[in-house]
Amino acid sequence: MIKRIALSTAAVSALVAGPALATDITLGVLNDQSGIYADLSGQGSVVAAQMAVADFDAAGKGINVEIISADHQNKPDIASNIARQWYDQDGVDAILDVPTSSTALAVADVTAEFGKVFINSGAATSDLTRANCQPTTIHWTYDTAALANGTGKAVTESGGDTWFFLTADYAFGHALERDTTAVVEANGGEVLGSVAHPFPGTDFSSFLLQAQASGAKVIGLANAGADTVNSIKQAAEFGIVQGGQKLAGLLLFINNVHSLGAETAQGLQMTTAFYWDKNDDTRAFSERFKAEMGSPPSMVQAGVYAGTLHYLKAVEAVGSDDATAIVASMKEMKTDDPLFGEGYIRKDGRVIHDMYLMEVKSPEESTGEWDLLKEVATISGEDAFLPMEDGGCAFALAD
Amino acid sequence: MSTNENTNTATPAMNRSVGMPGHMKIIFVVLLAVLIALPFMVYPVFAMKVMCFALFACAFNLLLGFGGLLSFGHAAYFGMASYVCAHAAKVWGLTPELAILAGTVTAALLGLLIGSLAIRRQGIYFAMVTLAFAQMVYFFALQAEFTGGEDGIQTVPRNDLLGLFPMGDDIVFYFFVLFVTFGGILFIYRITHSPFGQVLKAIRENEPRAISLGYHVNRYKLTVFVLSATFAGLAGATKSQVFHLASLTDVHWSMSGEVVLMTLLGGMGTVLGPIVGAVIVVTMQNYLAYLGAWVTVIQGCIFVIGVLMFREGIIGVLSKIFKKPL
Amino acid sequence: MFELLGIPPQVLLGQLLIGLINGSFYAVLSLGLAVIFGLLNIINFAHGAQYMMGAFVAWMLLNYGGIGYWPALLLAPVIVGIIGIALERVLIARLYKLDHLYGLLLTFGLALIIQGLFRNYYGVSGLPYQIPSALQGGQNLGFMFLPNYRGWVIVASVIVCFGTWFMIEKTRLGANLRAATENPELVGAFGINVPRMITLTYGFGVALAAFAGVLAAPIYSVNPNMGADLIIVVFAVVVIGGMGSIMGSILTGFGLGVIEGLTRVFYPEGSAVVIFVIMAIVLMIKPEGLFGKSA
Repeated sequence: MIKRIALSTAAVSALVAGPALATDITLGVLNDQSGIYADLSGQGSVVAAQMAVADFDAAGKGINVEIISADHQNKPDIASNIARQWYDQDGVDAILDVPTSSTALAVADVTAEFGKVFINSGAATSDLTRANCQPTTIHWTYDTAALANGTGKAVTESGGDTWFFLTADYAFGHALERDTTAVVEANGGEVLGSVAHPFPGTDFSSFLLQAQASGAKVIGLANAGADTVNSIKQAAEFGIVQGGQKLAGLLLFINNVHSLGAETAQGLQMTTAFYWDKNDDTRAFSERFKAEMGSPPSMVQAGVYAGTLHYLKAVEAVGSDDATAIVASMKEMKTDDPLFGEGYIRKDGRVIHDMYLMEVKSPEESTGEWDLLKEVATISGEDAFLPMEDGGCAFALAD
Repeated sequence: MSTNENTNTATPAMNRSVGMPGHMKIIFVVLLAVLIALPFMVYPVFAMKVMCFALFACAFNLLLGFGGLLSFGHAAYFGMASYVCAHAAKVWGLTPELAILAGTVTAALLGLLIGSLAIRRQGIYFAMVTLAFAQMVYFFALQAEFTGGEDGIQTVPRNDLLGLFPMGDDIVFYFFVLFVTFGGILFIYRITHSPFGQVLKAIRENEPRAISLGYHVNRYKLTVFVLSATFAGLAGATKSQVFHLASLTDVHWSMSGEVVLMTLLGGMGTVLGPIVGAVIVVTMQNYLAYLGAWVTVIQGCIFVIGVLMFREGIIGVLSKIFKKPL
Repeated sequence: MFELLGIPPQVLLGQLLIGLINGSFYAVLSLGLAVIFGLLNIINFAHGAQYMMGAFVAWMLLNYGGIGYWPALLLAPVIVGIIGIALERVLIARLYKLDHLYGLLLTFGLALIIQGLFRNYYGVSGLPYQIPSALQGGQNLGFMFLPNYRGWVIVASVIVCFGTWFMIEKTRLGANLRAATENPELVGAFGINVPRMITLTYGFGVALAAFAGVLAAPIYSVNPNMGADLIIVVFAVVVIGGMGSIMGSILTGFGLGVIEGLTRVFYPEGSAVVIFVIMAIVLMIKPEGLFGKSA
């Protein structure tokens, strides 16, 4: 009932309002504001969204944007409750960010139910545009398939052809292991085994020793955040790398590298969608962002900025808050912003843009606190993300 | 839990009469009137959440306040029922009443299994046995295929009630939830004021004497344990229909801690205490969420202040003031 | 070379040693809990939070005061112990005449407050703490590479655990303590200040938790939540060992560390639950715990 009312008022306002009158938009940034992903999403994503609104000059174009935010504590139940309440009670038009796979899948479903827009930046699971795809979901920054295609492929091709996985025992860890295994095998490599560790873990030494005993050339870390940081630290402590094995952190953020320090992390390869020191545009943005937040933006925060900007362009083009029309317009327009450059959004909601294979600089190469990465290769969007035909997104393949 | 202090202050449930005393009738009628008006004043989903937790706390209180048994693993029944109900509604396509029934029966069976082992121990050992089994249930929920691990079971549909009445609208569903939870709470009230409840109280206060009077103490304990688990399950199953979701939060040990908090805050062994405790805790979590970790600090302060100053809980104190069991 | 279920023996040896290292933390922590429970009859649920505070105080000493690992190993437990004493005096002392449950709930509340405050000020990403330079590097034992620091963890824990055991079971001070819990009036009549002794015991138990926290700081990241889940595991260790049994909690701590380590080889996913399975079995068969005196 409530849903129907919301939709019909949207339709009415689309009829009466027209481009000339002001459109009211409420954006909800839903992410981790106190937990392990607070640094790479959190308040920084809210700031990124605000910067996008300011840069777009929304007010000058007759779009009144209000941004609200909430902490989902990385729990799907809390995320889905907040999303429901936002759509139902608070008139939110689009939800942004939502790191961690389980919460993202929950919000994607709620968004589809209410017929709103969900622009995900923080979550990794490629299922958002595959088996669990929704017509209302846009997945901006990265996914497990792109990470696998970046790091997995590069490491395998450079001779690391036998792998052992240290996998966080939950949906994201298994998805990352699955996608990376596919890439390793497709490039002639072999997976010797894997061990699932409880999530979140504190002591990885026992799992690292098992990885060491496997004799694999590469130990793939299919985990995230503090788990990855601790596995890398403890691997250094146990002399795994000196022993001739190579670590591959499959999901690393700039904040993780920063907390590891160049000394411990040097030489690690990682795949990222954004690096603050890429070009003049990204540097200029990052300066402004850093002035607010104290650190340069992570790729997740950059993705929130770019996603918000593209969403507002679509709102301007449509001239109303009609979600279906906005999503259609977003998918129709090419994406183009200072942080991700040019790209486009596929029918299944996957944003296609370049990804970068980076390597952590040694302490000698690094000239500043955040000067941590150097580019090894650019991976074009088509190579990085899984082709839509292989993704199994039902509605996108239907016609 | 049978401390001297406890027996002295546990004025509630002291009345010998089995029927409902006049002032309780008035309270329940007023409560029902408020609940009927509630969804038109606050967000109905929030109201339903409060009611599910109120039932959960009442179920827990049945065991702790009336049975004198502190379980530290009630999340197991709440959470498993929620999973089974969600699975039944989503995969088997059962109607809400049947899905909730499936969840509740699961909780009852689980309660029978764990309870029959746990009641052999007393005091803190009883609490530890329930915790140990609850941790195993959590582990099962994390590993089993059907629970979806970290993701939980999402987009659980609300099918038509009895196959006839659409339940998609929150206000309509609210009245179904009201029926279930209010009914559950009344039923718990009835149990505690039945001859069975009187025997329980006798056991709680002096177990050796109850044994010497010829009561099969363990049979009574097991019965109250299973009843408590069943109603906890009813609450959990209903919650998964309210939120269209079942997740690990519901089986985690901190959920077991939360229900202890609600019960103690409101007043254990009282009829209305758990309801009041649930209302306060859920409201606080909902409306103070923007404070982040401060919510944890506030909850901690409530624990500390409660233990030091109001061991009878809010309703316990009120009941002393009005000199009536509430 | 024989193989056990497909695991080469040198790997197994390595895992046993790792298990022993983790067991060291369980032993020191459960020892503190057992001391507090045995002598005060309080179930100290704030123990995990106090362990975390130990690590944080070490971090603060380094970052705000420039005081390194070795002094911190002594200073941090003293500081956290003093905070513990203050808490005991102001809050916990009011509960001695009541049921166990109230002590448990009060300390649970304290744990929530402490963890919440640290989360507010330091977030949960974790703060880095370097391994002291004297203990960097490691030894090649043939079957595995043992980092020096981890070796030190075992040595330090064993010394502290058995030192504590000796003090309580074999010295006059310990005898007084034990007597005071049996019959406080009588011991008081001998001119011993019983309440002060109890307060100091609580402080000592808390200091043990903080000591474990400092030991943990360089290898696990310093994080407000580091003790939150650990507490119920350690709690289980104490129950399995026999509540209040000093030697029981030490031996069980090391033993369960090893068992958990082996689980990580044969059934890694189950390593988080194995201790609870053991606890359930022990409580069913021998409820007073492996080393407890039967009631």
